[in-house]
Amino acid sequence: MVILSRSPVNSILFLLLAFFGIAAFYVLLGAQFLAAVQIIVYIGAILVLFLFAVMLLNIGKIQEQGKTFLKVLGIAAGGFIFILFANIFNNSYILQNPAPEMTTTASLGDLLFTKYILPFELASVLLLVAIVGAVTLVKRKSN
Amino acid sequence: MEITLNHFLILSSILFALGVIGVLTRKNAIIIFMSIELMLNAVNLGFVAISKFTGVIDSQVFVFFIMTVAAAEVAVGLAIIVTIFRNKKSINIDDINLLKW
Repeated sequence: MVILSRSPVNSILFLLLAFFGIAAFYVLLGAQFLAAVQIIVYIGAILVLFLFAVMLLNIGKIQEQGKTFLKVLGIAAGGFIFILFANIFNNSYILQNPAPEMTTTASLGDLLFTKYILPFELASVLLLVAIVGAVTLVKRKSN
Repeated sequence: MEITLNHFLILSSILFALGVIGVLTRKNAIIIFMSIELMLNAVNLGFVAISKFTGVIDSQVFVFFIMTVAAAEVAVGLAIIVTIFRNKKSINIDDINLLKW
């Protein structure tokens, strides 16, 4: 429904529903910290940013006029990618559900601060660069 | 019926294919952007499923980094879209064709 709606606000709300479903899947898979981060970051920051952009640009209902052949080709490409992935994932990984170690937030933080400390610091630099870039892009030249 | 890893990976590939269809079919720049986010979330779901079914939590760390990069990308991408809209008053991607020969 995200890709089929006429109005972009409807698309955003369906994407919200999809993100909530994915967060529920994370809880079912035992990744509670990632479920919380998903709700806070994806739903609470990114979707709110999308809503701001849609409200700022004041887009009404969209009339899509495109060549039908290109749309069919797009849907065929998506179907092809799905068939490719489904075949790859159907033939391997016949792992049953093992008795997993308790993946708590503490063990995730343990790994994050010992083994992956360099990507962690680089991610903070990346966020700084993104903030500076976003502000620079929308600054009007004040003469 | 036991829920094995295959089920989660096929769900992840369905979401990814829907995101690809959204990117290739729609003409509004913001909806294309949302489909890219859908693709990233599909990949995240695959990673977390693999983390549960093999007991190694390195993939959850990678999911964390993917979320960070997605947040940064959304900020910069929406800034670009807003700037384009200011100059052209339209975000139909058919109208953004200055580089077309």
